[in-house]
Amino acid sequence: MYTLENVSKTYRQKERTVAALTDVNLTIPRGQLVAVQGPTGGGKSTLLQLLGALDRPTSGRVALGESDLSALPDARLGDVRAREIGFVFQGFNLIPTLTALENVETALDPLGVPAEERRRRATAALESVGLGDRAHHVPGELSGGQQQRVAIARALVKEPEVLLADEPTGNLDEQTRDEIMDLLEGLWRDRGLTLVIVTHDSAVARRAERRLHLKQGTVTERR
Amino acid sequence: MFFTYLRRELAGRRRQTAIVAAGMALAIALVMIVNAVSTGVREAQAAALESVYGVGTDLTVSQAPTAPGDGEGPPGVRFEFGQEDGATAEDGSTTELSNSILTPGPGSSTFDASTLETARSVDGVAAASATLSLTNVAFDGELPAPPGGADGDVALPAPGDGGGFAGGAFDVSSTTVTGVDPAADAVGPLSAVEVVDGRGLDADDTGQAVAVLDADHATSEGLAVGDTIDLGGTEFEVVGTVASTSADATTASNAYIPLDVAQEVSGLEGQVSDIAVQAESASMIGSVKADLEAALPYQEVSTQEDLAATVSGSLGTASQLVSSLGLWLSVAVLAAAFLIAILFTIQGVTRRTREFGTLKAIGWSNRRITGQVAGESLVQGLLGGAAGLVLGFIGIAVVNAIAPTLATTSAPDASADGPAGFGGGNPFDAMQASTEVVLTAPVTATVVALAVGLAVLGGLLAGAIGGWRASLLRPAEALRSVA
Ligand SMILES: Nc1ncnc2c1ncn2[C@@H]1O[C@H](COP(=O)(O)OP(=O)(O)OP(=O)(O)O)[C@@H](O)[C@H]1O
Ligand SMILES: [Mg+2]
Repeated sequence: MYTLENVSKTYRQKERTVAALTDVNLTIPRGQLVAVQGPTGGGKSTLLQLLGALDRPTSGRVALGESDLSALPDARLGDVRAREIGFVFQGFNLIPTLTALENVETALDPLGVPAEERRRRATAALESVGLGDRAHHVPGELSGGQQQRVAIARALVKEPEVLLADEPTGNLDEQTRDEIMDLLEGLWRDRGLTLVIVTHDSAVARRAERRLHLKQGTVTERR
Repeated sequence: MFFTYLRRELAGRRRQTAIVAAGMALAIALVMIVNAVSTGVREAQAAALESVYGVGTDLTVSQAPTAPGDGEGPPGVRFEFGQEDGATAEDGSTTELSNSILTPGPGSSTFDASTLETARSVDGVAAASATLSLTNVAFDGELPAPPGGADGDVALPAPGDGGGFAGGAFDVSSTTVTGVDPAADAVGPLSAVEVVDGRGLDADDTGQAVAVLDADHATSEGLAVGDTIDLGGTEFEVVGTVASTSADATTASNAYIPLDVAQEVSGLEGQVSDIAVQAESASMIGSVKADLEAALPYQEVSTQEDLAATVSGSLGTASQLVSSLGLWLSVAVLAAAFLIAILFTIQGVTRRTREFGTLKAIGWSNRRITGQVAGESLVQGLLGGAAGLVLGFIGIAVVNAIAPTLATTSAPDASADGPAGFGGGNPFDAMQASTEVVLTAPVTATVVALAVGLAVLGGLLAGAIGGWRASLLRPAEALRSVA
């Protein structure tokens, strides 16, 4: 699914340059569940942003299937994100003024799905994460675990190839963490997703097929 | 999605929506009121001028009073009483006197009536008519027995003031009188009046001692059609009363009499004080003015525009107030409202960095997000516009309910001051004094269009700037700020 060749990412911060990733070579086959661990500042989020077509590497090549994400213009990267990639964030990142259902619908907006079908698919996605009865609640009326379920429904409603999650359980208690992980694992298995989860939590990482360690911008395999 | 999101956003952030809309509403209401009042002031000025010169008058010809030269200035108001004019009281202590005199209005100067023919012969002049503006000063009262019983001249203080000598009391009243060509109704002061009672003047009245009175003046003096009045010692029959055709203005003169009679009674044979000229078309006014000035080197030729500048008094003050203070105030408030809308929109975009970053991360284009922000601002602007429209209508209604009455006088031209005690440069001071205009603020389509246009403009401006800020957000950065 993903091929990374000699990928480096440096950030310029007033005169100073910070190397977030240095010469990363990596392949992630379709359908793999990968956990990325490592100390803070190690480059995990940076890697996820490159995988998620949110940013381009400073040098090297990032390919998703046939598309070269390091070479596409901004607008085309947006299309790739809209079609093929689902994101789940640590902070849930729901739109506070929209209901759960409407939040899920936002993912279908860039795809030009007609209103009726949009509503139907969003309702189905909410039901698949067990929140069918909370469709008309705004995020403020939902618990953290419920908000993350809405976010997962939003990520999956467009039926993407890839699901990228940056610390999806970082803001949740242990029991909710396990519920969310059960949910993600189930969806991964059922849908044949390629799932990359960044986590500090070894309990989460242990459930992955493959574990990567990122330290000072360098990737090593674990197991 | 667009409308759902828009609705949720505006409803979910009511305070911001309310503040932006309220600022916009206030500004738009103010602009509407200032605009309506200034339209009203302009109309009032036009009405004031029309009452003096008549509807359809494009140009006027008059003559500045000449400074009194070698004892040959305008005569002071001077009554000549002979013994036979008075009736001495039984006890012999006081003498009752009654007299009236018709003189040129203060500050006005007369010129030869042949000027009218000259004016008519100028190219592009459609019609012209001459008037003679006069003031009738009537003296009525009793004096202590004149010492020696000899004939005496009594020089009076300013007309209009009552006054008294020791042992006597008298009353001085002044009436403005305009001699008009009874046959001319196309131009001139009578074109701006309508008959209330009796009839107006017509061609048959030439040479007749008949008068048409301003209806208000007739009422206050207790006069009616069929009565007679004394003007300059001549009895005039009141044949009609008239009122201004404009609801907003009073007539320019208390009484109108045939021009030839006015000339005769005032002793100004062959003299006129103003000529009202109508041009064949509005586009010719400029060239007609130039031609008239060439043909009439001793007279002043003014267009209605020139005259509007001389309208002063409380109307002039209102006009200045509206054009200076009102304009600046509304521009300032409008700028402030736009600024508030822009700052709140930018602040909103900054606060929603994570929201927009997330939407970009799930594939929303910059265009889509810019459009969303612009849509929100536009609706806020329109809400403000609607509220402003209501507020503006209320404000205009308040102005119209108060309907302030503004007096108009012409500004004495300081540089061309006439003899001391006389009004100065402008020929229609005497008539102006009696002109009153009610200020109304009309609601025009322009006012409404202005309000809506400003609302849209303010909304789009804030939306464009806010949307542009949102489009600058890089999705990776936006998500990083989440931590
Ligand atoms: N926009 C940026 N500008 C400058 N430096 C950046 C930027 N983004 C990341 N960095 C730097 O790059 C390095 C890697 O950051 P990254 O966020 O990828 O780490 P991380 O492994 O996700 O850390 P954490 O576990 O705390 O989330 C850090 O040193 C960070 O300070
Ligand atoms: Mg991170």
